[in-house]
Amino acid sequence: MVERQSLFSFLPHVILLIGIFIVAFPVYVAFVASTWDPATISNGQMPLWPGPHLVENYTQTLFQGTAKSSREPVGMMMLNSLIMALTIAIGKIAISIISAFAIVYFRFPFRMAAFWVIFVTLMLPVEVRIYPTYKIVADLGLLDSYLGLTVPLIASATATLLFRQFFMTVPDELVEASKIDGASAMQFFKDTLLPLSITSIAALFVIQFIYGWNQYLWPLLITTRESMGRPDGVADRHGDRRAGHAAAGAGGDPDAAALRQGPGRDREVRQFR
Amino acid sequence: MSEVVLDKVRKVYAGGVEAVRGVDIHVPAGAFCVLVGPSGCGKSTLLRMIAGLETITGGECRIGARRVNELEPAERDIAMVFQNYALYPHMSVYDNMAYGLRNRGTPKPEIDERVKEAARILEITPFLDRKPRALSGGQRQRVAMGRAIVRKPQVFLFDEPLSNLDAKLRIQMRVEIKKLQRALAVTSVYVTHDQLEAMTLADVLVVMNKGEVEQTGAPLDIYEKPASTFVASFIGAPPMNLVPVEAGENRPKAEGLTGGLGLAVPPGGAILGVRPEHLMVVTGAVPEDSLGITFPVSAVEAVGAETFVYGPIGGTGQDIIARLPGKALLAPGTPVSVAASAEHLHLFDRQTGKRIGP
Repeated sequence: MVERQSLFSFLPHVILLIGIFIVAFPVYVAFVASTWDPATISNGQMPLWPGPHLVENYTQTLFQGTAKSSREPVGMMMLNSLIMALTIAIGKIAISIISAFAIVYFRFPFRMAAFWVIFVTLMLPVEVRIYPTYKIVADLGLLDSYLGLTVPLIASATATLLFRQFFMTVPDELVEASKIDGASAMQFFKDTLLPLSITSIAALFVIQFIYGWNQYLWPLLITTRESMGRPDGVADRHGDRRAGHAAAGAGGDPDAAALRQGPGRDREVRQFR
Repeated sequence: MSEVVLDKVRKVYAGGVEAVRGVDIHVPAGAFCVLVGPSGCGKSTLLRMIAGLETITGGECRIGARRVNELEPAERDIAMVFQNYALYPHMSVYDNMAYGLRNRGTPKPEIDERVKEAARILEITPFLDRKPRALSGGQRQRVAMGRAIVRKPQVFLFDEPLSNLDAKLRIQMRVEIKKLQRALAVTSVYVTHDQLEAMTLADVLVVMNKGEVEQTGAPLDIYEKPASTFVASFIGAPPMNLVPVEAGENRPKAEGLTGGLGLAVPPGGAILGVRPEHLMVVTGAVPEDSLGITFPVSAVEAVGAETFVYGPIGGTGQDIIARLPGKALLAPGTPVSVAASAEHLHLFDRQTGKRIGP
């Protein structure tokens, strides 16, 4: 047990290397594909080493858009995604930490009712309430705006629950000590609760940022102008495989890009009514 | 520094549980008052009502001349030391102590001066930049004390502050709290369930039971003249021996008891109390006015400086405890005779448990 045979330390490494290869190879192939011209990729004989079109492909996709389909550049779309994901993540955290604070630390009428109403919204994701939500956003004239893109996605029962659970583990004595120290409710929130929640906030930010970044259906509905498009605009490039592959290599994983090529951005889908 | 007065204070929780049933306590300015009692007796609730962390259902609480029933905790000019210290985990020791002063808008140089002064008194100056989690239990305790004293409040409130410390540190901190309170002369109310802590710290000792005050007074007065069987068995360790007795001819009568002449027991009988430390081994005849008890030894606990001897008395099956000095050479199974002089006897009513003599 103490002495290790060299074979026994060698074998696990071999298994690990095989694992890395299995995971990393498709990613590598996607990258290689983004460096060849469309003809090479479509004839099915793409080499396994990078080709000569790396800089050209990437500048075109990121900054110019592809000429054939006159699409927006992917760089713009990614910037939109970033704005949207940041707004959603920060908005969700801000709203839910405040509502959790109210539910845990204040005794107001219908407190538990309010809590359960928030809880029930867990069962109503955007997809379920998509028509009324779209109608409200459209009636408010918020189509094609960042506001319309983000606000309906900001309310978050998950984050509220998480903060509520965390707040309930904070000892009551801290509240009492703050009261005796002359801190108001909001001072307690700012001076004590918020610093203690930093780790929760950080973890939640990562999750909610990814949630915002991966939004697909909602932006598809709410945006009509190409300048408001997001990387899921990648899905539209039926005719332009090179751009699709490049964007996949640059902006996302190939599986997701392939998946996104499914529904496309049809006018029928957008004209919901 | 001001007095604390509780006038018929009651606490009834939603649901009808009456935790505190009309308590009257007067703590003179600068005195150290200790509330002691078993868990669930309402002592912590009472303290939290003084602090303003619980509402007062009935009666009045006054600090100095002010009625404070309706005031917020911050407006009552009190400082509290919690059982688990309740230090802000994300703030340094300095900030923990300064926080209350900052919230009150105290000027910065004054905060600095007061915090440094408190740190010097409590010998925590080297730790001012540390976070609470980097401190030992005793050091956290000091920071909690520091947070209380920088405020220079009218009243200190302590909620079992030593119960999280180990036995050795507890004794050390007990002495320090007492010294500090003497030096600052701030009126203090201290809650504990440890009768030894209560006896050593208190100027005014309040023994509580089931939401009511059983007895108030100086610790030694309470030790010497407990007002009820509850107080008698709660104050002192091991607890006072309580033996049911019948009325004899001007003396108590029970199996295994002799002497006790002059101790008048009412016709219905009573409960006779005698502290274990007042029992001495006797070999010859017991003086008529002293109380003699003869019992077979069932267990002997030698702890070095003293020996505890246990044995059943009379037909009651109740164990009697004698606390004998030094090493007592007694073997289990052999009978022993002990006696207590007349001034160490207590007589309580059999029904109410209240003291009836001598």
